[in-house]
Amino acid sequence: MSDRSLSATEAGPRATAGERILNGVIDVILIIFCILMLLPLVFLVSNAFKSPQELLQWPPTIIPRDATLENITSVLAETPLLRWIGNTFLFAVLSTIAIVTTSAVSGYVLGKFRFPGVHIIFGMILATAIIPFEVYMIPLYLGVQQLGLLNSLWGLLIGYLVMSFGIFLIRQYVIASIPDELIEAARIDGASESWIFLRIVVPLMRGPLGTLAVLAFFQSWTAFTWPMIITATKESYTLEVGLALFQTGFTVDLGRLSAAAALALLPSILFFAFMRRNFVQGVASSGLKE
Amino acid sequence: MRELVGTWNRKGFTFAILALLPALIIYTLVRFIPIIETLRLSLFQWNLISRRKPFIGLDNFRELVTDALFLEALRNTTIIAFGVLAITVPLGLVLAALIHHRTRSRFAGFYETSIFIPHVVSLVPAAMAWKWIFDARLGPLNTLLGFFGLPPQAWLFDPVLAIICVIVLCSWQALGYAVLIFLVGFKNIPQSLYEAARLDGASALQCFRHISIPQLKPVLLYVSVITLIAAFNIYAQVFVLASDSQGAPGRLVRVLVLDMLENSFRNYRVGYAAAEAVILLAIVLALTAIQFRVFREKGRA
Repeated sequence: MSDRSLSATEAGPRATAGERILNGVIDVILIIFCILMLLPLVFLVSNAFKSPQELLQWPPTIIPRDATLENITSVLAETPLLRWIGNTFLFAVLSTIAIVTTSAVSGYVLGKFRFPGVHIIFGMILATAIIPFEVYMIPLYLGVQQLGLLNSLWGLLIGYLVMSFGIFLIRQYVIASIPDELIEAARIDGASESWIFLRIVVPLMRGPLGTLAVLAFFQSWTAFTWPMIITATKESYTLEVGLALFQTGFTVDLGRLSAAAALALLPSILFFAFMRRNFVQGVASSGLKE
Repeated sequence: MRELVGTWNRKGFTFAILALLPALIIYTLVRFIPIIETLRLSLFQWNLISRRKPFIGLDNFRELVTDALFLEALRNTTIIAFGVLAITVPLGLVLAALIHHRTRSRFAGFYETSIFIPHVVSLVPAAMAWKWIFDARLGPLNTLLGFFGLPPQAWLFDPVLAIICVIVLCSWQALGYAVLIFLVGFKNIPQSLYEAARLDGASALQCFRHISIPQLKPVLLYVSVITLIAAFNIYAQVFVLASDSQGAPGRLVRVLVLDMLENSFRNYRVGYAAAEAVILLAIVLALTAIQFRVFREKGRA
């Protein structure tokens, strides 16, 4: 969201006093609201460093008075949290690679080639985008079971190999931003189709492919229901599943629960901070369909 | 659009087919076949293990209509979905309007980011943060109520209050998406409309009511439908928030996905669970149809 257009009611540098007061009031309202939105997450991270006594205090402190690492060390000793983070990371990376590859190739072909049936293929891919995963996950689970892939990375991955929105995104981009003339010129020069795709088209698609990679990564990083039914051993859990079962399986030890949750939260916040622009663009463009 | 391979050479065609093949095979195996299998299984009675799988027609659906647990799940899910909608859309619209008005504020980046972060952070840890807030004994919410002389509430143990907690958590998450899409919508409204209205002496509120809202109608509809669809698949949030007194996850607020999973993996009634999945599909398709219909009407007008 780099271009900030002026709204009609926007007060410029020469704003009147009344407008300036109004703007100040709006700023205050928004800042208070934004802090309230962030507060649950801030408390979660802060609670992770508190002693049992401090956790019970009112009002809750935002910066722990006697910060302790004990919650974090005991959680790491008690649960395979790092293993879960590793599982999730591998799952997310492989899923991202699969989704980016299939979307780049299919999006390009569906956007630039005309042959009988091309619209039907695209229509069917798009139609499955509407159907929620939860509708067909049980037959998919049965398939994974038959292949003997329960409790495995491959079993997880089977649910997250393609993304209809990804194909749609790349196709729209290819149609709008990659000129036919460029491809035709390369053909006349005798370039092969795969050379054209890899050397000319892919470099031009770097922007939308980056956006898609971020979306795909977050999708599997935060997946819950599918990993929940596919994994049943402690070693095979993803982060979300391990954490969810940890919090129901343990008697309430708030410090340790918060420590585990904070450790799980940090990678996604860091990743979001790095990829903010790509991610926001991706989400925004998903809402801009014709 | 021009016919790029209108003069199509065989080489181009071969490339296209070969390039599409992997995706088509994956789609067939992990989407088309499982979707058809769901529709098929819903007509059978099957216990997950037995070789026998008798065809029973629409019996599963007939039974669902009188199944108290399923009806409870359907009711809860509907209440949650519309609850989230009722909070997210109006609040998201107002916030987006305020942020758009202050796009030149030095805090603009902070506004967008902090409202959006709950939408992208891992769901389970975020839900755990809220679980602490709602906690009956340790939670800050009850202490806060105490300051106002109000009695503490068993937020996560009372079925009605627990649904409210789920709605709050889901709205907190969904808000960022709504605000972002509304902001894009605001940016796409032609400025000339506002300028003309200002010349006629319209107030900011009048501009919002008579220009912004009508211009944003398609975006409003899109966000509403997406929010509803997402809420109908809700599961992780209730799994974390609503444990019952024995610590069994999610039983207190029964939702559709939970009921489906229990029927297939605890009661071994896969056909029955598939029938539930078909009903979920029907709900989602109906919502999507409404959306398309309104868009088409707008296109014609």
